[in-house]
Amino acid sequence: MRFNLDKAMGIHETALYVRAKRSSVLSSNLANSDTPNYKARDIDFKEVLHNAAGMQTTGSLKTTNGKHIQPGGYDAKSAELLYRHPLQPSVDDNTVDAQMEKAKFAENAMQYQTSLNFLTGKIKGLTKALKGE
Amino acid sequence: MSLLGAFDVSGSALSAQSIRLNVTASNLANAETVSSNRETTYRARHPIFSTAMGMFQDDPAVAGVKVKGIVESQAELRMRYEPEHPQSNEDGYIFLPNVNPIEEMANMISASRSYEYNVEAMNTTKQLMLATLRLGQ
Repeated sequence: MRFNLDKAMGIHETALYVRAKRSSVLSSNLANSDTPNYKARDIDFKEVLHNAAGMQTTGSLKTTNGKHIQPGGYDAKSAELLYRHPLQPSVDDNTVDAQMEKAKFAENAMQYQTSLNFLTGKIKGLTKALKGE
Repeated sequence: MSLLGAFDVSGSALSAQSIRLNVTASNLANAETVSSNRETTYRARHPIFSTAMGMFQDDPAVAGVKVKGIVESQAELRMRYEPEHPQSNEDGYIFLPNVNPIEEMANMISASRSYEYNVEAMNTTKQLMLATLRLGQ
């Protein structure tokens, strides 16, 4: 049986990428909370993760040169950015609700740490198996 | 790495908010600066924020803030009849800036709150990055 490190890490590696991406999007919202006409954005985590996970198994490119590199997995840039529905309109057409964005940012940070913990668990398990103690 | 983008974004927000705080401070400092004509009187200044797409990375998710420019308020200046004042004009009037201290205070509080939560976001990002570096330990 061949051992595949990518498969051993499971979905958590991709989840970490998507979480990092979402963290950028949410910090952009926070940064632009006073910018007129700025529209708050977010990504649909479930949808993006689903697409990214699909890409990992099916993503293979036709190569014409030995130096071409196969896609290693998920490309964070491809995630679709959506616009948030504002709870109430503002005079300057800005749709950022700073309190809500802060909550979402904290939530995302926590989920990022959860993914990290899962990965640490996997790595610890593998190390244990390799050492055979 | 996406998390580095979050750093740049929060950094640009800190810079923009500190410019806003500086402008507010200069408005408040000059709120009582007297002048003898309309042209040389201090006018309240306000920064104009705009979204800086593609400022750091070629990624629409990473949108920082930049100060597009600083505009002077076109509101009417305050005029006061004080003939004894050394800077009064020939009609006995002095000109005072159109700074509204209440508006400036509100602006200052808003700027410092924004600054605070951007620092907080930066700290969280830093902690996440450090945790990522310690992965597997």
